[in-house]
Amino acid sequence: MRRLSLTLPAILLAAPVAAADLNVTVQIPQLNVAEYHRPYTAVWVEREDHTVAAQLAVWYAQKESKEGAGTKWLPELRQWWRRGGRDLQMPVDGVSGATRPAGEQKLSFHQGKAPLTELAPGKYELVVEAAREVGGREVVRVPFTWPAASAQQLAGQGSTELGAVKLDLAP
Amino acid sequence: MTKHSVKWGAIALALALPFAAQAHKMWLVPSATNVSGADPWVTVDAAVSNDLFYPDHMPVQLDRVTITQPDGQTAKAENALTGQYRSTFDVHLTEAGTYKIAAVNGGLFASYEADGQKKRWRGEAADMAKAIPANAKNVEFSESINRVETFVTNGKPSDGALKPSGKGLELMPITRVTDLASGEAATFQLLLDGKPAANLKVMAIAGETRYRNAQEEIDVTTDKDGKFSITWPHAGMYWVNASTQDNKSSIKQAKVRRLSYAATLEVLPQ
Repeated sequence: MRRLSLTLPAILLAAPVAAADLNVTVQIPQLNVAEYHRPYTAVWVEREDHTVAAQLAVWYAQKESKEGAGTKWLPELRQWWRRGGRDLQMPVDGVSGATRPAGEQKLSFHQGKAPLTELAPGKYELVVEAAREVGGREVVRVPFTWPAASAQQLAGQGSTELGAVKLDLAP
Repeated sequence: MTKHSVKWGAIALALALPFAAQAHKMWLVPSATNVSGADPWVTVDAAVSNDLFYPDHMPVQLDRVTITQPDGQTAKAENALTGQYRSTFDVHLTEAGTYKIAAVNGGLFASYEADGQKKRWRGEAADMAKAIPANAKNVEFSESINRVETFVTNGKPSDGALKPSGKGLELMPITRVTDLASGEAATFQLLLDGKPAANLKVMAIAGETRYRNAQEEIDVTTDKDGKFSITWPHAGMYWVNASTQDNKSSIKQAKVRRLSYAATLEVLPQ
């Protein structure tokens, strides 16, 4: 019993050091338009050479159809599509999901745990792209260095299809 | 001779003339260049016109169209129709990868004098003997090979359909045709009979010419390896064209061989 009480706090203290966190908040703006559809959205991490280091999320219409539900329109996320979206076979466990409503969407990722996996130390960009049916398209990028030496709050700002994109890094 | 074949002869001649820049432009425009989903289709417009890409002059003959699947096999043009100004057809992309859609026009041309008049003839080499009258003077033959292409990719791009035929002018993408974006440079290689076509002028013009007052041609020249780069000033559908002539005709009577190539390529916004 005495040994356990010693080891438990040790594990709790050690855990944050071993698993660096990457927390993303994507704000999907409330839009006052006649015809509104929730945006298709992709979130990924790009290396300096624009190759994809991690696919974090892709939200698209899930309703079944002969054309393969929303997968028909995934190339509308143009930059995501050519940077690596087209290499994926949908659905991707832990990455793909339904479109999200307006508001703040929070995502948490941990170093070494899918879909973030092992991110090598270096310079990256968090990229968020949104494309809306009968609406517009926008890409927001947030540069960061991995792993973070200390806790960091980084942010990017969209102007039309995306609101604030926050990136919180925990060392 | 029907009205149509007269028109066809005229346009074929116009395309074969050395000053290709002044000729009408032949093009294929797909409704999408990148598709996805369980059952993707595209519809293609095929026409000859001055303005890009507005069908206002002649349709492309459907029997000239070849669709090459990612596995190199030929796919059928579905729901094909030829109207007054354009042909349209659908492509059912049953395979993943890059499809090449091509229209190849070619043939033998003759100019001669008979009964004191200058005449012209266009047709196949086999019909040449009976088409040119026995009393024809100053008969001159030329051959032409004109290739027009566009590309559509279902999912991940592939190279299987891009193998050159080795005949006439052809384009080999070095930058993937799916990856063209405004402000970025794209590199291609131009081939003549399957070999690098060095020192040839290549011209690119963006579509929607109707809504601007200049052609805004982008001119580049191929290097010794037949390679050239274009930095796209903005997003849109571009018509990329090259033409040349030589004396390497496969038809022995033809002293001159005229060659042209054009591709319709989509450039996406950043």
